[in-house]
Amino acid sequence: MTFFARFAQNRGALVGLLILWAIILMAVLAPLLFPESPWRMVQRPFLPPMAQEGFWLGTDTMGRNVAAGLMHGAWVSLLIGLVSTAVALAIGVPLGAIAGYYGGWVDDALMRFTEFFQTIPNFALAIVLVAIMQPSVTSIVLAIAIVSWPPVARLVRAEFMSLRQREYVEAARLVGQSNLQIMLRQILPNTLSPIIVLASLMVATAILLESSLSFLGLGDPNVMSWGYMIGAARTVIRQAWWLSFFPGLAILLTVLALNLVGEGLDDALNPKLARER
Amino acid sequence: MSATSRRFAVPLITSTLVSLGLAATLPASSALAQDTTDSSSAQPQRGGVIDTIIQPEPPGLVLGMIQNAPTRTVAGNIYEGLLRYSTDMEPMPQLAKRWDVSEDGLTYTFYLQENAKWHDGEAFTADDVVFSADVFHRELNPSARAVLEHVESIEATDEHTVVFTLKKPFGPFLISFEAGTFTMVPEHIYAGTDFRNNDANNHPIGTGPFQFDSWDRGTVIKLTRFDDYYEEGLPYLDGINWHIIPDGASRAVAYENGTVDVLPYGTVENFDVPRLTAMDNTCVTDKGHEYFSPFAMLWMNNREGPTADKRFRQAVMYAMDREFARDVLWNGMGEVPAGPFGSNAKFNDPDLDGYAYDPDKAEQLLDEMGYDGEEITLLPLPYGETWNRWAEAVQQNLKEVGINVRTEATDVGGWNQRLGERDYDLAFTYLYQYGDPALGISRTYLSTNAEKGSPWNNVEGYQNPEVDELFNSAATAYPDSERERLYHEVQRILLEDAPLGWLLELGFPTIYRCNVNDLVTSAVGVNDGFKDAWIAD
Repeated sequence: MTFFARFAQNRGALVGLLILWAIILMAVLAPLLFPESPWRMVQRPFLPPMAQEGFWLGTDTMGRNVAAGLMHGAWVSLLIGLVSTAVALAIGVPLGAIAGYYGGWVDDALMRFTEFFQTIPNFALAIVLVAIMQPSVTSIVLAIAIVSWPPVARLVRAEFMSLRQREYVEAARLVGQSNLQIMLRQILPNTLSPIIVLASLMVATAILLESSLSFLGLGDPNVMSWGYMIGAARTVIRQAWWLSFFPGLAILLTVLALNLVGEGLDDALNPKLARER
Repeated sequence: MSATSRRFAVPLITSTLVSLGLAATLPASSALAQDTTDSSSAQPQRGGVIDTIIQPEPPGLVLGMIQNAPTRTVAGNIYEGLLRYSTDMEPMPQLAKRWDVSEDGLTYTFYLQENAKWHDGEAFTADDVVFSADVFHRELNPSARAVLEHVESIEATDEHTVVFTLKKPFGPFLISFEAGTFTMVPEHIYAGTDFRNNDANNHPIGTGPFQFDSWDRGTVIKLTRFDDYYEEGLPYLDGINWHIIPDGASRAVAYENGTVDVLPYGTVENFDVPRLTAMDNTCVTDKGHEYFSPFAMLWMNNREGPTADKRFRQAVMYAMDREFARDVLWNGMGEVPAGPFGSNAKFNDPDLDGYAYDPDKAEQLLDEMGYDGEEITLLPLPYGETWNRWAEAVQQNLKEVGINVRTEATDVGGWNQRLGERDYDLAFTYLYQYGDPALGISRTYLSTNAEKGSPWNNVEGYQNPEVDELFNSAATAYPDSERERLYHEVQRILLEDAPLGWLLELGFPTIYRCNVNDLVTSAVGVNDGFKDAWIAD
């Protein structure tokens, strides 16, 4: 069975992929459909959805087009989700690989370091980091990466620990490959599937984290993100439900889609596990 | 940097946590009768406790030592000044029952209330006045100190008479005796002690209609009626409970569900005002800010960057749609000022032709100066949602004429620090006008006020000897017609130079149940208004 066929066996994953495509499309089309800045005040404030042509999702407290904000926000959310996951992988994978491969005191030292981060509640640490570095896209990406790498490190370490004793690794060592070569060429490719699955879920978590930070007013004040839209709409939730509803729905769908896709990837990459289930 | 920024996180977390449950756990107040008939003409009635809100929680309650707005609001009912001011800014008797001014404008004689007492039972005398003005405020209070510079001597001629002698006539002298600026503090408690570390600071002793009862940090400050108050029959209320509710939405709910009966200025978001004022038995007033006349401004750094160019600053003025900000963000409350003087400020020039919203003109000015798109920073005022939205609107206005603006969010500590060090290009603020240009307006433009350190003086770094000269002579000029001439001249120069942006004269509504009568009776609003307030059945 091909990879995609295995993936497609999970109906949920297909739906997730479809939603994800739609959101990526939104992000890509945003500058074409709404070439003007989403911050531009274009109509009277508090216009309800469907009340006027061209403003299908209504306008916010200052007369900005909610639909424009939603589309431009898709770009910000996806970007932050992907980049921060990439950064987290860049920290977590090498640390986990070294700890798992060498073992001993190296492992002990690295794992104590990892546990140090794991004992601090993620969100609290992210708030503190963003507050210290001043809210901006860069500081938010960094903060999310810093709080989300420990699970990656632990996963990679476990994989490396079990794989380093395999015969093909012993064989590689016998041939005279260096430790770095063994780690990169022999073991890492075999740990990729769990990492990919974890990464897809991390993107979802990162989007949620960014939204939560923006909601608390710690977003980058120069970019329109979904979390910012909800945070700004919170004070008027009694007067204008649509201001928090649509971005909330967008976050829900994106996170759901990423989770479904993650599950589908898990099935596709670990066919044995999927059948046992 | 980290030391100040770190403060950002902690209040955020606590306020979020606290707001989750607080509104629900506040004790239900005595339900007030839903009487919608007009009872303002009725006879005042004794009794009843008012539940209201103080936002944010004040850092302390010793007025004269601390001047933050929330301190003034609570402690203005505990402490008093020599005078009060009507909503037309006319002086009214308070601890001074009457006063004389000599013909030459140099000698002010105050005759004090004879049966006024401190809350601990000691009598209030002329010695307390001399101590408060000459010792206490000279050491602790910069705004009182600025007034005292004009004073030659302060003398107690008998137990109930005090004479202030000035060096030169000083026009605004009689309006500088407001309780928050010139607080009367007890000599028998503070004389000879370390004022800031005096144990009595935890239990403020004043002469006001209400005395301090208790302060449950983060929850409620309770004041009770002072039975020995010198004005017969006053106050009518038995007490005031100032609830502390950190979340704006919860504060609005507290009023809706009857937990509180009075929402002083700034306690609810502007978006909530129309909904709350539409409720039954709800009255609203925008009176009570005449003394402070809060004036929102946009600091522009005159020292460096594109903002150092006069044409750039004028372009900013033309680019901002200030009427939109007032109508949308402030619900139409407040006035868009023409120039540096508020429309109700003394000596305002009503013929001043201010900056209208004109993006084309702004672009033209930017072209003329050859603005190259250099990025400039904008610091919003970290005082809540309305101010954040406002910064977004201004950023958008400026971007539309081609100014490359980046907003940098800070907490209050970071904002104070950045402005103190002049590390900004554009920044939001609002300042009090204190009833006279010599007290509240000139301080923002005098070059002698431009040194770094304070975020409240000449932060923009404007230096103009001509303006200095005009402001300084206007402060002591006599009579008023001469002051008016000088102030009108200075307004024209400032309007042309646009050292900073004049955004809005803020209008703050006080929302209350209609059966609370005579709540706002002075130019400082509820800061001393509960003295006359009473509840109708």
